[in-house]
Amino acid sequence: MNLNEIIVKSVTGSTLQVFSTMLGVDIAAGEAAVESGMPDGNEGVVSFIGMAGSWAGTGSVSCSPAMACRICAQMLMCEAPAVNEEVLDTVAELTNMIVGSVKTDLEQHLGPLGLSIPTVVYGRNFKTKSAGTTEWIVVRFRWDDEPLTVKLCLEPKEQAAHVMFHTSSTQSCALEV
Amino acid sequence: MESNILVVDDSAAIRKILQRVLRQTGMSIHTIHEAGDGQEALVVLGAQKVDLVLSDINMPKMDGLQLLASIKASAQWRQIPVVMITTEGGETKVSEAVKLGAAGYVRKPFTADQIKEKLAGILEPALPL
Repeated sequence: MNLNEIIVKSVTGSTLQVFSTMLGVDIAAGEAAVESGMPDGNEGVVSFIGMAGSWAGTGSVSCSPAMACRICAQMLMCEAPAVNEEVLDTVAELTNMIVGSVKTDLEQHLGPLGLSIPTVVYGRNFKTKSAGTTEWIVVRFRWDDEPLTVKLCLEPKEQAAHVMFHTSSTQSCALEV
Repeated sequence: MESNILVVDDSAAIRKILQRVLRQTGMSIHTIHEAGDGQEALVVLGAQKVDLVLSDINMPKMDGLQLLASIKASAQWRQIPVVMITTEGGETKVSEAVKLGAAGYVRKPFTADQIKEKLAGILEPALPL
């Protein structure tokens, strides 16, 4: 099994386990792919966590605002009619658990890795790019009809960059991850 | 005897889940205090009676391992059991926590039963035969 296959297996298993344990729901795992180049524009909620060690990179979870609210409502057993601080915090924690679990799996192959504090972005028509990274491993899931995407990029440390650039049509900023 | 528990996590979502899960365990709990990081936790410890600390590891300002070291270095607090709740399943952080005196750890994601099992032995020692 090569590293990409190990990552896909770990991302799939971790995501299914987090949804099953923390939300009490079984979601469906869809296709996995390797994507390169500038990703399409985002619309909704995207959460990132940096990973660092002898290998470094970023893990992310993205979904629609409606899906983010549904995750929050199910996980906290509360009403979540719109994206607010509690919804963003819940998506961040979900990402932390998924990427944290993947990190634990990968440490058997890549040595010790550290995790950053999660960062969540919510908006319309924004693009994200991890500087220096050319390939993302993408695994798509569905909760009923709503999609959720988990992505991971990981490279040996000397090749990895530590700054992620978020750009939109009107502004851009650098974000430490 | 009812216990007072301090939950330390930078995620308000996890604090809310732990509040619910701890109440669901059926253990005798009086008050569940909350703190968003290690520094806030030390303030709560200075002001409230706490019987057990349940702490995340990866937090801003003061992380869970620094909090654990501070508690174990204090003559006043060193007897308080500290259980780590973390996504850090790797041996390094867990061994460090155990070395610093953690009473145990629970990995995220967790179930109510896992929390109950871990805390029951610490808060409610087995009855004599």
